[in-house]
Amino acid sequence: MIIRWLLLILGGVLLGGIVHLATVILLPRTATQDAYARLTPIAPVNTVVALPPPSPEKAIMPFMDPAFASAVCRYDLSQGPLKLSVPVSPAYTSVSFYTRNDVAYYAINDRAAGRRVIELDLMTTAQHDQVPEDEEITAADRLIVESPTPTGIIAIRAMAPQPPPRPRR
Amino acid sequence: MRLLIGTLFGLALAALIGLGLTYMSLTRGTAFGGLSIDSWTAWPKSGTTEADPYVRASIARSGRLPTAMGDGVSFTLQSDDEGKILDGRCDVVISGVTPVARFWTMTLYNPDGALVGNSTNRYGFTSQEIVRRSDGTFEIVVSPRASAGNWLPTGGVPRYELILRLYDTAVGVSTKAGREVPMPDVMTRSCP
Repeated sequence: MIIRWLLLILGGVLLGGIVHLATVILLPRTATQDAYARLTPIAPVNTVVALPPPSPEKAIMPFMDPAFASAVCRYDLSQGPLKLSVPVSPAYTSVSFYTRNDVAYYAINDRAAGRRVIELDLMTTAQHDQVPEDEEITAADRLIVESPTPTGIIAIRAMAPQPPPRPRR
Repeated sequence: MRLLIGTLFGLALAALIGLGLTYMSLTRGTAFGGLSIDSWTAWPKSGTTEADPYVRASIARSGRLPTAMGDGVSFTLQSDDEGKILDGRCDVVISGVTPVARFWTMTLYNPDGALVGNSTNRYGFTSQEIVRRSDGTFEIVVSPRASAGNWLPTGGVPRYELILRLYDTAVGVSTKAGREVPMPDVMTRSCP
């Protein structure tokens, strides 16, 4: 009798471990409030949208850095590659790329880009394979970024320091 | 009948353990795979495609976009150097220097990631606006009461966390704690 219950507990614990791993792995695919879902209502596909700065009452995403002005583009590459050019601010500017499941796969900042405008082509691996090789050589200064998923998020962020606090009375 | 009860018991136990572990690991923070320097912790891999399933699940659940490697790295602070949980009713002093970075920001958040409201609309400091001593070190007083110098108001919330973000920095996946990465000291000075 006791052995029977011990076996049941052991089986339950083992199965519990499997349930735990399965839920952790499946969660990103089922999350309804992830960054992509939060941006969907305000960001039309393949359009750059400026995000309102976070405030204590309202922020589109948690843990946004208030020192930055940010814009996002929710992209869909199923119709073809995207061209992106971002003018850089005198201070720090960066462009980060996220998959549909909010995993960062690439980022570049103004200094790494080395010019006044960050210019790049975003495409899937299949689209990259179709780019004729000679074209790629002639356009050696073109930066090509490969997206692991056909949809995702581009986040453009430029430093915008807070105004100095109001003088205290 | 006995078989049915036994099976149901086993399945209920499995669901409890499985979902309980998932909930705990995502709400208590993923402790492993982090880079801990003093009381500061970063997960440099969370900004890469090598992010492990726990980090991915935690990012998806919270709804944030992680700081991408190549952009910068985020260090989270939840307790002072003596292990005391940060309390918004106390005066906490952050002093020293940060690792080398082109630009850094330090921001105060609720544990759920919202900014904390206060009368001066100050939510953090950046490396460009902070007032430094002549030797290049700085001191930030995190306190509910107005204070001279670099005052970061807490609004009196019982719990908060500070995030130090280093932008355009060499600190990353291969960084080990050491002299090259000096983090600011954190001390609770007084508690009412």
